[in-house]
Amino acid sequence: MTKMLVGNVTDIDRKGSRTFKYNDIEIALFRLSNGEVLAVENKCPHKGGALSEGMVCGTKVHCPLHDWKIDLHSGVVQEPDTGCVITFDVEVDPNSGSVYLTV
Amino acid sequence: MATNRKKLVMVGNGMAGVWAIEHLLKLAPDAYEITIFGAEPHPNYNRIMLSSVLAGGADMDEIIINDLEWYRSHNINLHIGHTVTRMDTKARKVYSDGGVEVGYDELILATGSNPFMLPLPGADKEGVIAFRDINDCRIMQETAKSYKKAVVIGGGLLGLEAARGLLHLGMEVSVVHINEYIMERQLDEAASTMLRKELEQQGMKFLLAKQSEAILGKKRVKSLLFADGSMVEADLLVMAVGIKPNVGLAQKSGIEINRGIVVNDYLETNIPGVYALGECAEHRGIAYGLVAPLYEQGAVLAKRLAGAPTEGYAGSVTSTKLKVSGVNVFSAGQFIEPEGSRALRYQDEIDGVYKKLVVHDDKLIGAVLFGDTSDGAQLFSMIKKGEDIKGREKELLLGISADALSSSPQNRLEGMADDEIICGCNGVSKGAIAEAIQSGGCTSVGQIKACTKASASCGGCKPLVEGLLQLYAGDAAVSVKEGICGCTTLNRDEIVSEIKRMELKTVKEVMNVLEWTNEEGCAKCRPSLNYYLGMLWPEEYVDEKESRFTNERYHANIQKDGTYSVVPRIYGGVTSPTELKKIAEIAEKFDVPMVKFTGGQRLDLLGVKKEDLPKMWEELDMPSGHAYGKTLRTVKTCVGSTFCRFGTQDAIGMGIRLEKEFERLTAPAKVKLAVSGCPRNCAEATIKDFGVVAIDGGWELHIGGNGGVHVRATDLLCVVKTEDEVVEWASAFLQYYRENAGWNERTSIWVERVGVESVKKALENREDRLALQERIQTTLNLTTDPWKQIVNEPELRKNFEPIAPIEIYK
Repeated sequence: MTKMLVGNVTDIDRKGSRTFKYNDIEIALFRLSNGEVLAVENKCPHKGGALSEGMVCGTKVHCPLHDWKIDLHSGVVQEPDTGCVITFDVEVDPNSGSVYLTV
Repeated sequence: MATNRKKLVMVGNGMAGVWAIEHLLKLAPDAYEITIFGAEPHPNYNRIMLSSVLAGGADMDEIIINDLEWYRSHNINLHIGHTVTRMDTKARKVYSDGGVEVGYDELILATGSNPFMLPLPGADKEGVIAFRDINDCRIMQETAKSYKKAVVIGGGLLGLEAARGLLHLGMEVSVVHINEYIMERQLDEAASTMLRKELEQQGMKFLLAKQSEAILGKKRVKSLLFADGSMVEADLLVMAVGIKPNVGLAQKSGIEINRGIVVNDYLETNIPGVYALGECAEHRGIAYGLVAPLYEQGAVLAKRLAGAPTEGYAGSVTSTKLKVSGVNVFSAGQFIEPEGSRALRYQDEIDGVYKKLVVHDDKLIGAVLFGDTSDGAQLFSMIKKGEDIKGREKELLLGISADALSSSPQNRLEGMADDEIICGCNGVSKGAIAEAIQSGGCTSVGQIKACTKASASCGGCKPLVEGLLQLYAGDAAVSVKEGICGCTTLNRDEIVSEIKRMELKTVKEVMNVLEWTNEEGCAKCRPSLNYYLGMLWPEEYVDEKESRFTNERYHANIQKDGTYSVVPRIYGGVTSPTELKKIAEIAEKFDVPMVKFTGGQRLDLLGVKKEDLPKMWEELDMPSGHAYGKTLRTVKTCVGSTFCRFGTQDAIGMGIRLEKEFERLTAPAKVKLAVSGCPRNCAEATIKDFGVVAIDGGWELHIGGNGGVHVRATDLLCVVKTEDEVVEWASAFLQYYRENAGWNERTSIWVERVGVESVKKALENREDRLALQERIQTTLNLTTDPWKQIVNEPELRKNFEPIAPIEIYK
């Protein structure tokens, strides 16, 4: 288990994302319109599309390559497609806005 | 020259022989010392193209196949203008009328054939010629300058091509034919009649079932007399009744002759070391007069002479095409039904199309096509292969699959195999859709879309999906009003009018007020609402970048591996050495894996890492080419009057002006423009959303073209005189499109949906045009270059950079 400080909530636009590489995996951090920060592996199970580049709608992101829809809380691919992406635990310090992620 | 090489001599310098030599040189370049004799004073030329020379489609020098340099570079001793008059097959020597005498080890006779001249009284008069060689062509061209009336004897392939050429030279042409119908050796009566009518429309006159009796005139031909006593005036008489193999030389030398020089499957004559091929040769009783068999023979002979294995020549199935512009005729194999065969015919006199297939033992043995010959090659290869076509006859005849011919679309769907793909975008088969309806309980197209993705992308297969729903759900099928996406049942027009009526100003507001089922919409409706709001409230609405697709959010095209590509704007496709150097240096500096020219006359730097984008833009210091957006992409131009000898107007200048005028414009879909400097239309303006074609003293304006998914030629909008008017009309058209089309609807689809007349009507009053132009100007004035903006604003720029985490504990 590794915990790291990845930045501040203000680094991520609402309905936007930021990415970083950790060991060999790329992680995408999303900030929803309600301010919630979520993290998933930046790799669509379909053709490996970068989910960070997709459109955030509610709690879901649309993969930019072929419009697969993935729930950012659970990592589950939405019907009619199937699959799952890895999710990571994220904590946000309500006072400072620091974002911590556990791998 | 090495002396140990065998000596190869060829008599004849035409297409068949020289082709065999070319082939031989590839197989065994140093095997022979080669000598060629040619009676005509030219190097080898393409005789087939003589018709094109006459018809003005080619120049004499364009039809040379092997120029003199070719002979030199292959060390071939060429004697042109020399006729070989004698050969001694015992001493293995040939002698020419120019006094040349050459010994040979191997001898090829490729003497071709001579035009068959009818032995009519008066055939020796001036103005009576054949149609066989360059010289005949020259005489026709010269004669046409001072004489008017031409008569061609022979309504076959050659005669008709000669007649067409003479028409082109401005002469009045009558074609005399001995039979009731023309081209009877290649066509059946129906196709022949259609051909005759077509040629009559082009200006040819026909005298059918006429037996020529005598050529009248003093020194020069004046008229042609027929056996029935009638006559026709002629200043020029072309005999094109056929050819006969040129066998004189062989005959004198004790070589076996029938109609042509008799050869076996290896093109060998009865005399050792002597071969024959081409039109002078007769193989298994056939002397061919077409080009394809000659090539096949040449390949066999070349292999034989090179000592390479060959199965020999087994004869050719031939096909014919008539090289007359505007007329498509094709025939192959046995097109008149032999005993025991059956024929299928299709005749459409409205479009002038005729098709006939002759079938024997379930194999295609012959075909005749008139009007539309696009299937010719396919049918010909079936005839040659002897393929079994049982059950496919109607499909071949009509070009429609057999199940499509059944009574209804419903039957067609029923007959479709389960694994046949209905939705090409998402690879959804008929079986998957059937399953979604039968066991998945889908009762509407929307549900099928959600469940299988069929019709979820381009929507082209929606009618088929609807058909399958009817088929499998029957009365249970619910017709649900389809909205612009799954989040609403409202269509584009309803949404736009509600936004206007209630003055809704943000995406969120629209979704709330119009009761979207998904609170934040989806990847389809979000960009479209963003567009409609920006179009309706250009001065108030702030573009929501988070509602734009990836490409438009990051102002670059995302590639399959997550890298991006950069296309800087190059106005009108005109660049400079300095600019090119700069682009090249930046591409090197950032290790760009590929630099590619785009179809729109710009440069694409592919495979760029996202974090490098702003740095590259900064160094390029060029505006974005918007190669990623629903906006003006590029304005393609030809060279125009700046350099081109045909250019009637400054296409480049016009293109650059239009590109500067409309760059950065948001639109429902991508918008492509082009400007051509003359009607040759080298910029392909007639497949663009807005195309401009210069004519002498003006500009044609075209709309609604597309060269992509939905190929469509433009409609002519109008013709204007000045560049300012071009800009005025382009502005009005583009704004009218922006205000009325659905998001993601290209002009081609939109123009077809609303009808070109309604667009013309909306733009016909200058007042309306100026109002539209003013509105588009308002929008354009508010745009800025996105690349510069991102480079200069850290808040935007940060999104291109990865973040750097700090480990706290492991």
